[in-house]
Amino acid sequence: MNYAVIWYIIGCVIRVEAILMLLPGIVGVIYGEKSGLLFFPLAVVFYLLGHLLCRKKPEKTRFFAREGYVVVSLSWLVLSILGAVPFVLSRTIPNPVDALFEIVSGFTTTGASILTDVEAMPKAYLFWRSFSHWIGGMGILVFVLVLLPIAGGQSIHLIRAESTGPQVGKLVPRMQRTAKYLYSMYFVLSIVQLVLLLYFKMPLFDALCDVFGTAGTGGFGVKGDSMAGYSAAIQNTTTIFMLVFGINFNFFFYLVSRRFRAAFGIEEVRWYFVIFFAACLGIFLNLKFVGGEAEPSLRHITFQVSSVMTSTGYSTLDFDKWPEFSKAVLVGIMFTGACAGSTGGGIKVARFVLYTKQVGVKVAALIHPRSVRVVKMDGQRVDDSVLSTCNTFFIIYSFIFAASVFILSWDNMDFTTNFTAVAATLNNIGPGLAGVGPAKNFAEYSNLSKLVMVFDMLAGRLEIFPMLVLLIPATWKKNG
Amino acid sequence: MKIIVVGCGKVGSVLAEQLNKEDHEVTVIDSNSDKLELMLERLDVQSYMGNGSSYKVQMSAGVKQADLLIAVTSKDETNLLSCLIARKAGNCHTIARVRDFTYYDEINFIKDELGLSMYVNPEYEAAREIARLVQVPSAMELDVFAKGRVNMVGIKVEERSVLDGMRILDVRTKINGNILVCIIERGGEVIIPKGQDFIRKGDNVSFIVPISEMTRVFQRIGAVTKPIKNVMIAGGGTIAYYLAVMLKMARVNVKIIERDKARCEFLSEQLSDAIIIHGDATNQELLLEEGISTTDAFVSLTNMDEENIMLSLYANEISQAKLITKVNKITFNNVIRNLPIGSIISPKNIIAERIIRYVRTVKTTPGSNVETLYRINENVEAIEFKVKNAVKNIVDIPIMDLKIRKDLLICAINRKNKFFTPNGKDTIQTGDLVIVVTSCLGLNDLSQIIEE
Repeated sequence: MNYAVIWYIIGCVIRVEAILMLLPGIVGVIYGEKSGLLFFPLAVVFYLLGHLLCRKKPEKTRFFAREGYVVVSLSWLVLSILGAVPFVLSRTIPNPVDALFEIVSGFTTTGASILTDVEAMPKAYLFWRSFSHWIGGMGILVFVLVLLPIAGGQSIHLIRAESTGPQVGKLVPRMQRTAKYLYSMYFVLSIVQLVLLLYFKMPLFDALCDVFGTAGTGGFGVKGDSMAGYSAAIQNTTTIFMLVFGINFNFFFYLVSRRFRAAFGIEEVRWYFVIFFAACLGIFLNLKFVGGEAEPSLRHITFQVSSVMTSTGYSTLDFDKWPEFSKAVLVGIMFTGACAGSTGGGIKVARFVLYTKQVGVKVAALIHPRSVRVVKMDGQRVDDSVLSTCNTFFIIYSFIFAASVFILSWDNMDFTTNFTAVAATLNNIGPGLAGVGPAKNFAEYSNLSKLVMVFDMLAGRLEIFPMLVLLIPATWKKNG
Repeated sequence: MKIIVVGCGKVGSVLAEQLNKEDHEVTVIDSNSDKLELMLERLDVQSYMGNGSSYKVQMSAGVKQADLLIAVTSKDETNLLSCLIARKAGNCHTIARVRDFTYYDEINFIKDELGLSMYVNPEYEAAREIARLVQVPSAMELDVFAKGRVNMVGIKVEERSVLDGMRILDVRTKINGNILVCIIERGGEVIIPKGQDFIRKGDNVSFIVPISEMTRVFQRIGAVTKPIKNVMIAGGGTIAYYLAVMLKMARVNVKIIERDKARCEFLSEQLSDAIIIHGDATNQELLLEEGISTTDAFVSLTNMDEENIMLSLYANEISQAKLITKVNKITFNNVIRNLPIGSIISPKNIIAERIIRYVRTVKTTPGSNVETLYRINENVEAIEFKVKNAVKNIVDIPIMDLKIRKDLLICAINRKNKFFTPNGKDTIQTGDLVIVVTSCLGLNDLSQIIEE
């Protein structure tokens, strides 16, 4: 293990976080909140801490996949712990576990909250909470890579560990340029949404937080009723942008570089929309014929579906009151999630496409035992190693899911609550059903359960493997 | 520049690594996903799996935006087709590796018709380098500058050499020749020496010397220059073939030992003057019988690096012959360099060097052209600049007033075919050929020799 490089990169991450902490401080100044001023001294302290760690550039910059995983998962842990400090010190969220839960939920773009009264929170802290979505959405290490070139070719290990999806590639030959492209698309799309929201007369602060939540597919609201209180135009804009941010960013890159055929040829994106429309249709019919609504509102349905599917977690109504089939559909799309290489969470449409294709191949082999078929995606053969990693992912995912449900059950809530709480955190959605439905929150759970969900959120965001590497003793052995 | 490299074999990966180091945006194409994965983990490049000569693959690899496509797969046909397609689809510069000598004979026609910017033939280039070394027996390494008028020669300083213990400042007066020591390699370390440094025994010293003074300088140094008359070559591959042809023109007797009967017959048909021996070069008896102990030079060119190294070690034991060893695959440079196996020839590095030289020339620079470029090892380059027009802050200023980079040495200036080693009062002028040695890799313009 190359510890020098690991500390160096973590130092960079801390410095970046310190600088970003100035923004909520400024918000505090604007709104004249005394408690918000706390961000300034903290930013200074953290900056110095980060500076201490990356004061010396390591001589040996070579690192491998193992270091990549460790750097990414440790960075996210450190990021979260430091991010929770303002909440604890300002006593806005006095319990450290609650504060950690809240900020992890922010960085991992989950949007699950333990706050019982959101609107009582000072604006600076609301801003920090929402802003953490935006930082976490595209990834903090990708951001660090934009700022400084780390270790030439090996930076691919960082991106692979942090980005989502079964196959992570580059858009352009240089990693740093790739990171820049990703962030500029992210930035531009965010700005477009902000302008639209302001045009539809959303207050600036609310609009900013809405954009952060949508772009990162996070879902922290600044109002107690999430997005229900805003106008239809604002809600529809948010629906569309939630969907947009759930699309694989390769799609936008192809569009920008005018390779339209390549863009619309991405199988995953097509399936993503198929799933979206199918879910909307299912819920529409269910509401009409079982729910007894004469004219189910398309606006609400599309909003809820795109919010849950992209793992954002905003809501315009309490979907816990919907009929059972609709709820089942929502739970279903919690798992499929958004596209790989987007800011969204879940297992990812790409993986499901691969799972389905593998099933197809196996079933065909039942009929023609000697038939040879390879799994293809976007016209390219998918390597066996990718497939097996993909399958292993699902297995570990299921184990972690089951173990988490068991631990949460100790708190003696009903099964739906526990099940959807884990689904909502491991898939980075936010709200679940029943006790953790859109109108409720996660405050009821014990500290242990909250820590389990903190792990789930991090594991969900980093797609499990980096977090697992941390837990394997061999990682830390000198000759392991 | 945006560069696409088709094929990541030995040459391809060396190229991608070098180009990547020089800040080009490199995309590699190969049909083997494992090789691509290895590249991706090591270098900051982009990769595409597929057939490099396919239009579709090239398009998705961005041939439209590319400045240069280099095709170095193991198949000539693939390389040529890749270049043709890239030329038509993307209008970029193209470089192809062409090694089959049926094509190589017709290469000028092919080059014109396909619009190739350059072709490279690793075997031919390697043979040429070996032939040069054979002709200057005392040199471990030999690089030519100024179209052959100036050489950079690498020699090993032996136990009782006059150079042992000599100060760099005094070399000129004591040897009494137009010579400048540019590089000292000592125990794996490379030094660009200053006037106060000393040469010690065991060093590998490279110096610049005009070709007209070479014989005299070698005599002064005490390096015997008995011309080589007989060369024994182990392994009758393509390099051996080209080498035999070249040596025949220089009236050197060639003996090739080759394992494969059919290949022997082919060689004997093509090379009527050479002696072709059918047998295993690793057989000691055979080597002795064929006179390894008395040959003037022994060149090991079999397909196995390990075999070549062993053969040269053996030849070193029992003969005084000049040794040249082909090492193409093995990457333990530090270990190999310390073995007594004579000059080491690596076709892939020679080719990579040639192509990188070309890339630097293509890069449009205002004041100067890179004429020649040699990698002395991984860390030092010797570059020859042609000064096209007045470069600001450099031309016509006495060298002692220039803030030359610390890691760079101006070795020689060639002005109107006259070669001299500049001192502080000299100036660089338009039209000069300027040879510099530097450990700062990637220079492509004369203006970069001063500190920013």
